[in-house]
Amino acid sequence: MLALLVFLPIAAFIAILLGAPARLTAIGASAINLALGICAAVSWKCTCWAISLPVLEKPALHLAFGYPDGMSVIMVLLSVIVTLAAVLSGKSPEGREKLYYGSSLLISAGALGAFAATDLFFFYAFHELALVPTFLMIGILGRGDRRQAAWKITIYLGLGSIVLLAGLVWLANLTGSYDIPTMIANKALVSHDAQKGIAALLIVGFGTLVSLFPLHSWAAPAYASAPAPVAMLHAGVLKKFGLYGLLRLAIPLVPEGLQFWLTPLLVMLLGNILWVGWVTISQKRLDLMLGNSSVMHMGYIFLAIAALIAFPENPLARSAAIVLMFAHGISIALLFCLADRIERNTGSLDLSDLGGLAKAAPGLAFIFGIAAMASIGLPGLANFSGEVLVFLSAFKGYTGTSGLGPVQIACILSIWGVVLSAVYMLRAYRKIFQGPSVKFTESAADLTCCDRIPAVLLILVLFAVGLYPNLLLNLLK
Amino acid sequence: MPAYYLEALTVTLGIFLLMAEAFCSCKSKAWVGIGAAVGLAVIICLTFIAIGPEAKPDSEWAKWPLWNFYQFDGLAKFYKIFSLVCTIFVLLLAVDYRKILSRFTEHPDSENGTGEFYALPVFACAGMMWLASAKDLAGAFVALELVTITFYILVAYMRRNVGSLEAGVKYLILGALSTGFLVYGIAWVYGATGTMNLDQIALTLIPHTLTPIVGDSVIYSTVQLTPLLFGVALVMVGLGFKMGAVPMQVWIPDVYQGAPTPTTAFLSVGSKAAGFILTIRFLEPFLSSEITRGPVLTILLILASATLLFGNLAAIPQTNFKRLLAYSSIAHAGFLLLALAAGKSAVVDLSSAKVVSFYLGTYLLMTLGVFFILAQVRIQRDGEMISDFNGLGKTNPQLALALTVLLAALAGVPLTAGFWGKFFVFSLAVDSKLWVGVGIGFISAAAGFYYYFNVIRAMWWSSPSKDEAIVLPPISKVCIAVLTVATLVIGFYPQPIWALLK
Repeated sequence: MLALLVFLPIAAFIAILLGAPARLTAIGASAINLALGICAAVSWKCTCWAISLPVLEKPALHLAFGYPDGMSVIMVLLSVIVTLAAVLSGKSPEGREKLYYGSSLLISAGALGAFAATDLFFFYAFHELALVPTFLMIGILGRGDRRQAAWKITIYLGLGSIVLLAGLVWLANLTGSYDIPTMIANKALVSHDAQKGIAALLIVGFGTLVSLFPLHSWAAPAYASAPAPVAMLHAGVLKKFGLYGLLRLAIPLVPEGLQFWLTPLLVMLLGNILWVGWVTISQKRLDLMLGNSSVMHMGYIFLAIAALIAFPENPLARSAAIVLMFAHGISIALLFCLADRIERNTGSLDLSDLGGLAKAAPGLAFIFGIAAMASIGLPGLANFSGEVLVFLSAFKGYTGTSGLGPVQIACILSIWGVVLSAVYMLRAYRKIFQGPSVKFTESAADLTCCDRIPAVLLILVLFAVGLYPNLLLNLLK
Repeated sequence: MPAYYLEALTVTLGIFLLMAEAFCSCKSKAWVGIGAAVGLAVIICLTFIAIGPEAKPDSEWAKWPLWNFYQFDGLAKFYKIFSLVCTIFVLLLAVDYRKILSRFTEHPDSENGTGEFYALPVFACAGMMWLASAKDLAGAFVALELVTITFYILVAYMRRNVGSLEAGVKYLILGALSTGFLVYGIAWVYGATGTMNLDQIALTLIPHTLTPIVGDSVIYSTVQLTPLLFGVALVMVGLGFKMGAVPMQVWIPDVYQGAPTPTTAFLSVGSKAAGFILTIRFLEPFLSSEITRGPVLTILLILASATLLFGNLAAIPQTNFKRLLAYSSIAHAGFLLLALAAGKSAVVDLSSAKVVSFYLGTYLLMTLGVFFILAQVRIQRDGEMISDFNGLGKTNPQLALALTVLLAALAGVPLTAGFWGKFFVFSLAVDSKLWVGVGIGFISAAAGFYYYFNVIRAMWWSSPSKDEAIVLPPISKVCIAVLTVATLVIGFYPQPIWALLK
């Protein structure tokens, strides 16, 4: 049944190519997918969702989808929610509807396929499937310096994927299977030395895909120039593939190798939080600022992963990483969606051009305020649940007499990141919405009723998870 | 039906077409190409009912001495079908390319001089089919020359075009040189083993064990190793010319660029595959013997690494699309050689020979599709530079989508046919612990990603120089659609090609 979830967007893409009305088909397919995703989440333990078709005999490969645990359920939920919001909020340029909505659907299909696949080959392949339309959309329909940005993301993610592939093939070769559950069952076959090599490849490969410092410089320009649905889908959903991969494969299969690289990983994630956070403060454009902030927030999730590496018996860290992945996906998608509104309604995203927008567009100001609060991590919103869990999990094993370990030191340093996010988010809010009106914002339109649907959908999710995180945590038990 | 009927029928078809073309007064010669394609399609169907002498040992024909030169196993069948399919597509490509062809032949305004262009590939195809069944070096050599000499003509066919003539001369000189290497190498092998039959070479290479009364037993062979390996190396150089492998790769860019596009397509798919099947056949006895296995694998690994590096790195700065495809063809030869260097014998499920054949099968789909599109761009935009593809995404979105799929497949993006080939090659190489080869392979794959996406970038991100859309003739349209869809279907479900290899 999960195959339906993956192939529905592909079928809709083909229908659009053949001439079906692009927007309606895309919205219809995403809405059905959302319903399917929720049904699957409610009854995920039922075996009826799993499917496995043999594709190749030697080596044995299966087109296999299934929910091995709650993590996949949550990632699939994230994908279907953001997809619906992305196609609802997008506004295609005249005459490019097929490309615009078709690509969005393909990206969604790729992300869903990667999160639902239980076969290593399709896990990797579906992610690649999603990358190609991402590159094309940025290059064709992007804003500003789109070619440069698109070429940069192509090269970075292409090389990252190849490094990753090397690691994955190596793993599959040692464990003798491409079926992920079988691989994990055979983890004893991965020797200590091989673990070090594989862990390095996986950190660099997955890390590039998640914009781990210092491999992050593709992200901000790409998101800044990407059309809104692509930025929402990539920053919100597809980028989580790398983190998902680390949690799904690297942590269970190469724990010792990861431990060997723990210190470099901590340095890199601090680079994400502090260095990129600092860079974010100095941004002059809202889209670049949001792009950088999305890179910065990856650092917290890596911190949870580092805590999990340092103390393998740390279920809290795993839950923290997953909840924060979900929360960040929703909040960054909401922010990119709103940034697109601001640009459409005022014609500029340059912070120095804007001011006083709250007078002309109070609805927009209110919703953006909530999104900014979510991104900073205010209690009651989903990101807070995630970040608090991350910080708590980093102190696992700390007894007070043992002194601070490297993970704890990194955690203390990274809490400063919350201050940085507050600085840049509030500053942006003040510059855009407060103060006297200027040329760009005087006659700006507010959100229409139609515009509010995707934003409200995302906000509801943020509140639901923020106020009752057990919605997700119960799935992870 | 005895298997050798297939070659006989193909040659007959070629002669018949030549005669018919000479005596027919039709203005358009397209029917020759269509006729040849239909004829070859019938021969493909016959391939499935062809049998070797093992199936009917009592019949008269099974006792012919011909079977000392000719065999019919699964691999032979696969490569016969491969050559036929490739030739059919090349002929169809030539039919749509005849406008350019007639412009540079004897009478610029008529198609008078173009008839042979459709008959010659049929002869080359017969040669390739024979090569697939090669069992004896003398027979293989004759078949190989049938292919090569046909190509001498095909490359220089546009004789009023300087580029084509230059390509023809280069191909002739280097082709003759490589033939020299090949014959010289065969002579050394013959000198060392006393036979040209591959089965008997294998017999002479069986090591003998001598157990003296005192001390450990010694393994020795009656064959002198140094002259034998010298011969093998020379033959590999000669075959490298066909495969497009270092050190005989220098002709490829110039010849590919100058030759008529259908010929280039044929060279890059058919001729390369012929080189590889002969290499597989030739190396089989040497790889199955303990004495020669190590050194031969070393030669292969060196060739593979050098070819991979040369092809991929030299492709990066190219601005001419046809030349880019030439380097890409060298690069793919490198991957194929890497699979051979892994040296997995036919006993295991994923043998080197099968992986090479599978890779070539997917390579046929992708490369021919690209050449069909290239030919139409060449005709209608009068250029073969990457910049001539600028803005194709705006003027012809569907064509651009097809080319995107095909190029992504060549680069090895997952869920396209091209990924499987690379995937199997790397699996083999990792299995055999060829870490140097794996490392170079990954660097090459990364470089490939760069230069193929460069073309995709030109198509989608640049604005077109001309606003007119390219109009595809019906044959090209159908062929491009078939090849693109096949590339995607094999990407999801590669079993059909494996089934052919069984």
